[in-house]
This record gives sequence, structure tokens and C-alpha cells, in this order.
Amino acid sequence: MSSTTLTVEINQPSTTSAWAGGKEPMNASYGKLMMWFFLLSDAFTFSALLITYGFIRYSHDAYEGAVSAFQFSQTHWPIPEKVFASLPMLHGVNAPLIFVGIMTFVLIMSSVTMVLAVEAGHRKDREAVEKWMLWTLLGGAAFLGCQAWEWSHFISGSDEGVMIDSWKYIAETKQYGWVKEKIYGANLMQNEYGPRAFADLFFFITGFHGFHVFSGVLLNALIFFNTAFGTYEKRGTYEMVEKVGLYWHFVDLVWVFVFTFFYLI
Amino acid sequence: MGEMAMADGGAAARKQIWKVFFILLAITAVEFIFAFALDKSFLRTSIFLVLTIVKAFYIVAEFMHLKHEVKSLIWSIIVPLAFITWFIGAMIYEGGSVLDKHPNTPTITNSK
Repeated sequence: MSSTTLTVEINQPSTTSAWAGGKEPMNASYGKLMMWFFLLSDAFTFSALLITYGFIRYSHDAYEGAVSAFQFSQTHWPIPEKVFASLPMLHGVNAPLIFVGIMTFVLIMSSVTMVLAVEAGHRKDREAVEKWMLWTLLGGAAFLGCQAWEWSHFISGSDEGVMIDSWKYIAETKQYGWVKEKIYGANLMQNEYGPRAFADLFFFITGFHGFHVFSGVLLNALIFFNTAFGTYEKRGTYEMVEKVGLYWHFVDLVWVFVFTFFYLI
Repeated sequence: MGEMAMADGGAAARKQIWKVFFILLAITAVEFIFAFALDKSFLRTSIFLVLTIVKAFYIVAEFMHLKHEVKSLIWSIIVPLAFITWFIGAMIYEGGSVLDKHPNTPTITNSK
């Protein structure tokens, strides 16, 4: 600063209580507090999707028969463990929910490495922060890879396919009408595994979550490079690791709910 | 974390992190067992919902460190989330009935 310091008192608070400028509200820094409130609003968005899921799912007929005799049909909601029962490179092997279990493990694991990076940041241990951020990046990338496989499998469908009634233009009669048609896999218009809404909800909910994971990986990469370039060391605090850590844990938290509502129930 | 964790170079904090990890892993394993051992029922859905909330508690309280924040921050986050979780549970349970009883609801099922 310059040698002549000018001190101006503008509306100095008469008290220094927490909410009068004496210290940070709720004992948290501005950035951390805003991250918390952003995550709260984001939780509302995901909740809206899950509420929609509950609403649409239970307005469809449930499958009534024995689980072993289950068949994909447009008339009843599918049993998730029958839809998600495949593993990469093990074609034809029945492995209900195993792959999604691996995905859950990967994400929880990357949450652990993230919180270890935050802990290393508290000790200002730059090398440990770098190490754990790299592991977290690897976990995030692995999860996205798993999801890409799961999506492509869901879209391409089973070997057998399923006969459905499609509303189509019929060339002979020059009119639209119901046509029997064999379809494979699912998209936003047709779904081999069950009612169309099931595939729509799958794409929207896991897609919106996957987009969050993708953004999280970008933010984690930013944190990693800032750590590696010594930005936080110069700043004297690793609080940015903590803030992005909050976001990353939230992504894991959402997956816990998606896992329950979409795959278990 | 603060001074207490600093005294031992963060060893206690790291131990706690791994403890939470194994709790989360164990709960997920239990969920898998129930998914195949129990038939679809109100009980099974309730068990999944409770276990999910237990997992959410550990992630938010320990990983996101909310347990160690001041009370006003804890309640600002927990109260809205508690209501919204109730909302999700209620809609999963009541969703069918709400649409069924509405007079103008078209049938949604794809079968013609």
C-alpha cells in the first residue's frame, strides 16, 4: 500500500455479532456457503426427476407373475434386474445388477479419494493433494466409461428383440395404422424392455446425472492442474479443493438415490 | 477438522474416512442381498429407502463434513432435504393412485 493510508469509516457496525459483519455467517466462507445452496437447489432438480419417475412408474401396470418367468412387454413396467443384467466382454452371461454394482463401487471409491485430497489440503501437503486428485479423476473417468457402455448396450438391445405394435405409415393403404414390428433396444420413441416412458426416464435421469459427473471431472481436472502449478500453495489455502469436493460428493450422493430408485426398487 | 486433526498429522481423520467407506460398502452389499432375497413388497421398498437414507447420512455428514458445521448451516440444508425426501417417498407410494383417480387421465400404457 502507499505510505499515506487513508482510513474511511463507512457505517461501521455497532456490534460484531455473526450476522452484523463480525465474522462469516454460519461460520463458513462465502464460496462454501454458496456451493451448499447451489447443491440444495440441484437436489431439488434431481428430486423432481425422481418424483416424476415414481409418478409415471406406478401409473403403469406392474408385472405380476413369477420373476423367473418375466418377459419384456409394453404392457408392464420391467423388473430392473432383468434389464440390466449384462457385463462387458461376457456376452450372454446373466449377471443381474452386477455392472451397476461395479459402477456404484467406482463412484463411492472416487468419493473417498476426493475426501482424502481435501484432508491432504488441510495439511497443505501439495503432493498428496495431487495424488488423490489424480485417483479421483481416474474414478470419474472410469464411471463415465461404464455409463457409456451401459447406454450403448441399452440402446442396441438384446439378440432376440421384441415384437411390438407400432403406429406407422402403411404404404399399401396410404394410411397410418398399427403394424407388428420387431425392435431391438431402446430409444426415445421405442423401447424393447417395456413401456416407452421407462427408456425416456432412463435416458433423462442417468443422462442428467452423467452430465453432472462429466462436469465434476472437468472441475476436478481444473483443481488438479491448479494444485500442480502451485496456485493454492501461493494462495496459502486449499479451500478450492474442499468446494469442488462438496460438488463431487453430491454427485455420488445423487447416484446413491438413482441406484435405489432406478435399479433396486 | 481443525486443530484436533492437525495434532496427529490427520491420521485420525484418514481413519474415519476409511471407516465410512467400509460402512457405505457394507450397506450397498446388504442392499444387493435384499434385492435378490426378498420379493417385491412394501417392506422391501421401505428397507431400500431406509438404507439409502443411512448412506446419504454418511456421505453428507462425514464426506461433505456437514456434521462438523455450525447448527444453523446443518438445519438450513437438512430441513428442505428432509421434506423433499418425504415427497419422493410419497410419490413413489401414491403415484399410481393419484393418476388413477383423476377423471381426465388417459391410460398411459402403450398397449392399444
